[in-house]
Amino acid sequence: MEIVIESVSKEYSGKRVLDAISFSLGKSEIVALVGPNGSGKSTLIKTIAGVHSQTSGSIGLDGTDIRQIDPIELAKCIGYVPQHFTYTLYSTVFETVLLGRRQHIKWSVSDEELSRVQHSLEALEMEHMAGNYMDQLSGGERQKVFIARALAQDPKLFLFDEPTSALDIRYQIEVMETMREITWERGAGMIIAVHDLNLAYRYADTVVVLHGGKMAGYGKPQEILTPECINRVYGVDSFVVENEQGKFLVPFRARASN
Amino acid sequence: MTEVREPPEINKPETVHDLYHKGSSRRIALIAGLTILLIATAIFSAGIGTVSITPQDTILAIGHSCAVSIQNFLHTYLPSVAAWYDTIPVTIPAPSNPQAELIVVGFRLPRIFLAILTGISLAVAGAVMQGLLRNPLVSPFTLGLSSAASFGAALAIVIGPGVLVSYFLMSYDMWIVVFAFLFGWLSMLLVYWISRSRGTTQSTLILAGVVIGYLFTAGVMALKYITNNEKLRELMVWLMGGMWGASWSAVLLLIPLVIVCFFLLERKAWDLNALSAGDDVAKNLGINVERLRLSGLMISTFAASCCLAFTGIIGFIGLMGPHICRMIIGNDHRYLIPCAGLMGAAILLLSDTVARTIMSPVEIPVGIIMYAIGGVFFLFLIMRAKGRGLY
Repeated sequence: MEIVIESVSKEYSGKRVLDAISFSLGKSEIVALVGPNGSGKSTLIKTIAGVHSQTSGSIGLDGTDIRQIDPIELAKCIGYVPQHFTYTLYSTVFETVLLGRRQHIKWSVSDEELSRVQHSLEALEMEHMAGNYMDQLSGGERQKVFIARALAQDPKLFLFDEPTSALDIRYQIEVMETMREITWERGAGMIIAVHDLNLAYRYADTVVVLHGGKMAGYGKPQEILTPECINRVYGVDSFVVENEQGKFLVPFRARASN
Repeated sequence: MTEVREPPEINKPETVHDLYHKGSSRRIALIAGLTILLIATAIFSAGIGTVSITPQDTILAIGHSCAVSIQNFLHTYLPSVAAWYDTIPVTIPAPSNPQAELIVVGFRLPRIFLAILTGISLAVAGAVMQGLLRNPLVSPFTLGLSSAASFGAALAIVIGPGVLVSYFLMSYDMWIVVFAFLFGWLSMLLVYWISRSRGTTQSTLILAGVVIGYLFTAGVMALKYITNNEKLRELMVWLMGGMWGASWSAVLLLIPLVIVCFFLLERKAWDLNALSAGDDVAKNLGINVERLRLSGLMISTFAASCCLAFTGIIGFIGLMGPHICRMIIGNDHRYLIPCAGLMGAAILLLSDTVARTIMSPVEIPVGIIMYAIGGVFFLFLIMRAKGRGLY
């Protein structure tokens, strides 16, 4: 599995929100998208997910442009979890996860599809909630249900837009560990937009820094996410702490805006 | 897991398989139960009225009439089969009450069928529209479709069939249906266009629908004012909705239309389920959201308009049927669509039976009953939403 994103640009009513973004990722690789609010992270993820098409540039999946792939086939390859999720009151947890199997289901649901739902819930330790209604869950649990839906989809590429924003620190680490394992096990790639730079530090193989729709850095997290880069992109002063657990980035002061 | 949690009540949690199969059985049971309820209501309704007819006579009247009709049909068109048909030893006796057949088959059955068909199509349309627009308060009535379709039908009646009808070989009923659909579709296009513009919230969509409804109601009133057409004379009746328009020709036109629309919509059930996770997720799951929305709205508009053409404005069925069913069996549209249809049919038929008999021999329009029950139900929905949200 290889994804090649080549000079992808996106314009909304004349305004350029993505400008010539190019990067690639291979098997089991995790790419973190970082950047301030409005830098184009969500737009880029939606473009790759097929929610809207790019103005120019191409996105290749194993050498084929994804716009040439049948939408149902593409749905088997790319699984997307949006930042803001929608659900209905009368849906249960497992019904929501089952939607990830939509492109495999004609009408009735086979035992195999149900087993996949079961496994996805087990991977996130949510199987005991399978019968709960969505509105009975906490925000974090709901977010995990949506991650489970993407797992059930069993794609070659996971696209996560702030997947851990509603999770407490324990769940954040658990979910990221789970996703790390799953990308290794299944050989899937993962593009993940994060605000927490330390998550990018710890779990990403590669980081893409976006700033005003342009690429402001691309490479290994430790090399790219330097205090200098953080200052330039976010306008925040920070320092790096290093101990036996690894390197940690500590932002501490917003630079006065000029 | 080491974190502190409430211990689960049962040691071994139910698997997804158990939950799914249990849910499916419950849903099928509801469909079966509603079907039986509907048939029972229909037989009950055929028996009561100004002239009371016993259930046995009701069933005999229907059975005898069917047998005779089939016999006549066969003798006219398929004489070879007719000979065989005549040898069947079983005969259905005519009902003991000599008037029963005329009253039941001639007057009450078409009306019962019209109520059932209207209930099904309005409730199915409501369920589908709620799913398509992800808005719990939309229905043919709250989006103004009922008024628009009624206006179209009234306009067709006022213009009269004219030359076009003979040109297209349409029946008068079909002419009315076409007009109802055209205006119904116009109102839905307006609603669709409004729902797409930026900053549209769930409540503005409903407000827009109510306003569109008023505009077309004004249109019906204007038509009444400028014409002396007899059929529109009872304008209030038309605005309140009723089953007076029932006739076998209307019913026989509607049955295939409603059945086809139902299956077309039922085929979209999984896409509607996926749409509940939001447009973006549905697109990622390979669904062409815009096309789904337009085609779904068009088919449900067609089904609803066709029936409304014969009944005038019937409110709230499209809201009550789907919501009651959603509360019982959840949001899986594969089951929700048929359940909502059956529920809508049962409610409308029961209401029409009450409307027909409560002040006998005077009939009141079923619309009045629907407004009353529906209004209370709408309030209930809104009050309930305070604690839990609606959809």
